[in-house]
Amino acid sequence: MTEHLSGGDMLIRALQDEGVDYIFGYPGGAALHIYDAIFRQQRVEHILVRHEQAATHMADGYARATGRPGVVLVTSGPGATNAITGIATAYMDSIPMVVISGQVPSDLIGTDAFQETDMVGVSRPVVKHSFLVRSAADIPMVVKKAFYIATSGRPGPVVIDVPKDTTDPAITAPYKYPKSVSLRSYNPALRGHTGQIRRAVEALARAKRPVVYAGGGVVQGNAGELLTRIAKRLNFPVTTTLMGLGAYPASDRQSLGMLGMHGTFEANNAMHAADLILAIGARFDDRVTNNPKKFCPQATIVHIDVDPASISKIIPADIPIVGPALAVLEEMEPMLEQELTKHGLPDAAALQEWWKQIDGWRESHGLNHHMLDRIDPSAKILPQQAVQALLKATSGDAYVTSDVGQHQMFAAQYYAFNAPRRWINSGGLGTMGFGLPAAMGVQFAFPHATVACVTGEGSFMMNMQELSTCLQYGLPIKVVNLNNAALGMVKQWQDMQYGGRHSHSTYRDALPNFVKLVESFGHVGMRVERLGELMPAMTEAFSDKYRMRLVFLDVHVDPEEHVYPMAIKGGSMRDMFLSRSETN
Amino acid sequence: MRRIIAVLLENEAGALSRVVGLFAQRNYNIETLTVAPTEDETLSRLTVTTTGDASKIEQITKQLNKLIEVVKVMDLTDGDHVERELMLIKLRAEGTTRAEIKRTTDIFRGQIIDVTDTTYTVQLTGPSGKLDGFIGAIGKAVVLEVVRSGVSGIGRGEKILGL
Repeated sequence: MTEHLSGGDMLIRALQDEGVDYIFGYPGGAALHIYDAIFRQQRVEHILVRHEQAATHMADGYARATGRPGVVLVTSGPGATNAITGIATAYMDSIPMVVISGQVPSDLIGTDAFQETDMVGVSRPVVKHSFLVRSAADIPMVVKKAFYIATSGRPGPVVIDVPKDTTDPAITAPYKYPKSVSLRSYNPALRGHTGQIRRAVEALARAKRPVVYAGGGVVQGNAGELLTRIAKRLNFPVTTTLMGLGAYPASDRQSLGMLGMHGTFEANNAMHAADLILAIGARFDDRVTNNPKKFCPQATIVHIDVDPASISKIIPADIPIVGPALAVLEEMEPMLEQELTKHGLPDAAALQEWWKQIDGWRESHGLNHHMLDRIDPSAKILPQQAVQALLKATSGDAYVTSDVGQHQMFAAQYYAFNAPRRWINSGGLGTMGFGLPAAMGVQFAFPHATVACVTGEGSFMMNMQELSTCLQYGLPIKVVNLNNAALGMVKQWQDMQYGGRHSHSTYRDALPNFVKLVESFGHVGMRVERLGELMPAMTEAFSDKYRMRLVFLDVHVDPEEHVYPMAIKGGSMRDMFLSRSETN
Repeated sequence: MRRIIAVLLENEAGALSRVVGLFAQRNYNIETLTVAPTEDETLSRLTVTTTGDASKIEQITKQLNKLIEVVKVMDLTDGDHVERELMLIKLRAEGTTRAEIKRTTDIFRGQIIDVTDTTYTVQLTGPSGKLDGFIGAIGKAVVLEVVRSGVSGIGRGEKILGL
């Protein structure tokens, strides 16, 4: 017998049938039928946030850490518009997310009704797709399609706008959740073109100065392990994008670290001198390429991406392969093996020479990962040292989220990510306020994992209301606030490009006492000012004593510190400033 | 380079706004745009003319293909094709110019579809260049109002844009 359910009940039942465990949301008039349906069931847990933007970042953090789609529920009007920043964040980084927004009743749409906004219209440029529900009976199929679209191909956020009348408890319709869905107009590539993969294998085997350039697509596509195996087999150097950190183990000798604007000296030089670049799940973002006209002049470019529009968008690919990273690499591995058994690496000597050159770059100007080895206890704390202390205190085994700015780059450079999905940051959109709620989403997904949020006081203050949510749900996140009393990256650019005129990048002593602030939210706060206090405080924060508590470490760092290397605008990838003395 | 791109689109509310929005959002130029349902009522056919170099046009077609409601995309200018545009043009027609307008309309194989003592309304179809040519020949001084449909196009021979 087919069940008859109201639209509100159908919506929640459909989420159950999709295997959703958490909804991050905030109630309001147009969503109240749905909220009542949530109240009358146990399987899906709703997390009450303090601001809808944070709900989207929580769902986003959850999705990045688990690979499963994050789910958000907001009301119409301001609830919907508040969610936009988080939707755009997920869109830029290709994160699977389903956002359900309440809407005014169908017959009021277009009348400028109370809390009405055209959510489908407002969100259109920042979603993979969106639906406006027409009737309760449509809900199961719309939800099925939304999850399918959000999670397949190049993932992304999907909005379902739900007019209040379609969730009316008085109107029921038969409920049956569809087993499968097919859309004639949407057929994402499931595997690569075999002929193209063979061409790529031949190019790889012939390469004398190869570099693997791995992006977020490797992480999102669960291809990190296989990529690592292939790179090890070939003895190829691997650099990862900001989004790709962890796709290849950072502590491994073959890892060159991050590339691009604040990438390592060895990664950027290797890219520039390469004769072959194997780009996987990366999109040649302007923060990577610097001037595209001067980009890697000698390289043959093999580009694997699930999104055909990413291929040859910025840099023309010599061997384009459209397909999911995992499927393409799975097909590539045996072909490579065959090639290697037959011929071996044709020019092992050239590869040896290439490694010598890379090691030379690394030794001359590589990042110093040992800044805590010899310290003056009364010295100011450098932000890099704070990240190194975090790495040490967590044995490199934490989920680390970040906000946007200098602290983000320091975390990316100095926390060695040895597994995928451990580094969670807003790469494409660069959304300040992302770090804390994203960490919350991760902690919900993995209640027993160590979750740290590396932030700055500027970013933190953009979503700090979520400290209240952390108390409500007992989230033992550790926040490492690199406090330089300024919008550090803005200030750095002003130092370098605007003659040191710090236009609106400092707060004129108007910062709160963060220790008291977090204490008032029921959490633990620690102020750390001198280098000698850093490691003890960090160790204490991550000790068993605070296993169940949110700890906020307000680490006062040297405000003069800049992020280096830094790409020289308009140059090639190897054109970088390496220290402050070069830029003055 | 001017290109004519034909798109088959799910005939659903909001689908057209996604196509138009894509062009605005990615800074692509729309010169003309026509859209109407096809013989299959679930599908709309859209023709857009735009300009750009080869890599830009490639991006436009790829981005169009990414829209969930876009079923098929074809760059008609890649192969042999026919393009047509309809123009309705109202002209000041008095005294000796009446005969002249009639003659020019005949030369361009247009039809006069409405007449008053002082005006003619002419209907003309053809490639966009022919319509431009008619306006040039008749002289802008007598033009009162112009309505153009935008370009519709179809491939020549066996080439079909269908499901």
